[in-house]
Amino acid sequence: MIQLQNASLSYDLATQVLDKITLSVGRGEFVSLLGPSGCGKSTLLRLIAGLVEPSHGQLTVGGQPARRFRQTSNGISLVFQEPRLLPWRNVTRNIALPLELSRVDRADQQAFIEASLELIGLGPQDAAKYPRMLSGGMRMRVALARALVTKPSVLLLDEPFSALDELLRQQLNEELLRIWRERAPTTVFVTHNVSEAIFLSQRVVVMADHPGRIKATVDVPFEYPRSHTLRATREFATLVGEVSDLLRVETT
Amino acid sequence: MKSVREIALVVLSPIAFFLLVILVWQLTKQIGQIPPYVLPSPIAVGRTAWTGRSVLCGAVALTGAAALCGFAASLIVGTLIAFSFSFSRFVKASCYPYAIFLQTVPIVAIAPLIVVWFGYGFQSVALIAFIISLFPIITNATTGLTNVDRDLVDLFELHNANRWQVLFKLRVPAAVPYLVTGARVSSGMAVIGAIVGEFFAGYGGVRSGLGFLIVDGTNNLKTDQLFAAVIASTALGMAVFAVVNIVGATVLARWYHA
Repeated sequence: MIQLQNASLSYDLATQVLDKITLSVGRGEFVSLLGPSGCGKSTLLRLIAGLVEPSHGQLTVGGQPARRFRQTSNGISLVFQEPRLLPWRNVTRNIALPLELSRVDRADQQAFIEASLELIGLGPQDAAKYPRMLSGGMRMRVALARALVTKPSVLLLDEPFSALDELLRQQLNEELLRIWRERAPTTVFVTHNVSEAIFLSQRVVVMADHPGRIKATVDVPFEYPRSHTLRATREFATLVGEVSDLLRVETT
Repeated sequence: MKSVREIALVVLSPIAFFLLVILVWQLTKQIGQIPPYVLPSPIAVGRTAWTGRSVLCGAVALTGAAALCGFAASLIVGTLIAFSFSFSRFVKASCYPYAIFLQTVPIVAIAPLIVVWFGYGFQSVALIAFIISLFPIITNATTGLTNVDRDLVDLFELHNANRWQVLFKLRVPAAVPYLVTGARVSSGMAVIGAIVGEFFAGYGGVRSGLGFLIVDGTNNLKTDQLFAAVIASTALGMAVFAVVNIVGATVLARWYHA
């Protein structure tokens, strides 16, 4: 689904942000990009989204350039580190935004919005609230609902839960997995949290920085559905240790 | 809810302070034996204001109307200019420095020129008020339209929004708080502009603005009239500021849900 072939990005001669990234993500796969801060993983995500063009190398999504793929009805959605909701719109109108931009009729929008609200566990009592009335966790749920309203084929998430407390992060991890298993978008999840990356993904892509490049890819052998009890198992802890060691080498 | 004591404190203290100032004023005048054309007594000022109240109210209305016209025009024109700046980097680069000129040129230098071109009277006063109050609207609206969070712009691009959607669904609403701030500054400047404008383009004759009353009071040593006009000008400025503040706060709370 997503193919990067030696993709590189530099802003000028001195700044090489990404160096020869070769990565393949299959349809419906869940892959994490794990790396230290500043290693270019967010930039790589923007590259996949077609918001930035690579300076060298190739990138295709669904066999097409990312920008063209976005025009297809089930395009690409992105969830940012901050919820980035529009403060002048209530929850419903915020979720409706991608539909509005694609010029879906108001009447038709309702069904999509309701499905999204239900998927993310928000009730009708939340639909009319404004962002300033919501907690951080709630706002992130709305941001997720907004990303899912168009039923995207590709879902990109840029450290969406890093600003939330541990328990909430774990809950949202489990919800994200439930949604992924139900809707099966091709998902790329950026994080610097090793435990989160392993819990969520089928594959963890470990990145190094300066310049951003892929250091290693680790397959995660655990079956789905994954429950929170997985985190307490020995196998999980061992894998976390191994991947952390991989990361540790890179940051010295 | 605030206690009675707190409300009393907030309301009565400024009144008490005001009375104290009046008292000190009166005492200073009597003890210092200051002549009335330098410092009239508060009672004399009050009496002049009362006997001339229709003229004074008329002046407040006239100056207020000129300020309002200038302010309204600067809101409309300023926002349109900000739109054009956000559309075209070339337009912004070429015209923004001249907008800064609006801010820095002393109005007392431009006002006589305005009078030469447009004559005495209301139109010149309103025009001067407009020129003086335009810049805060341009800067604030331009900043509001262009300073939108990058993630949001990316979000719109990701969902293939066209230019108009980005402008009306994102940039314009995001600019509202900035515009409110600009309006606060601009409204006050419009009042100043109208009064100063009347120094140069004032009316005399049948209708007088506050600026004219001030100049006339100064030139003819009608100091109690001068005081009354200055106090009325202050009151006008405060009233305008209060109204714009309330409207701005309501817009932000009700529509923007900040």
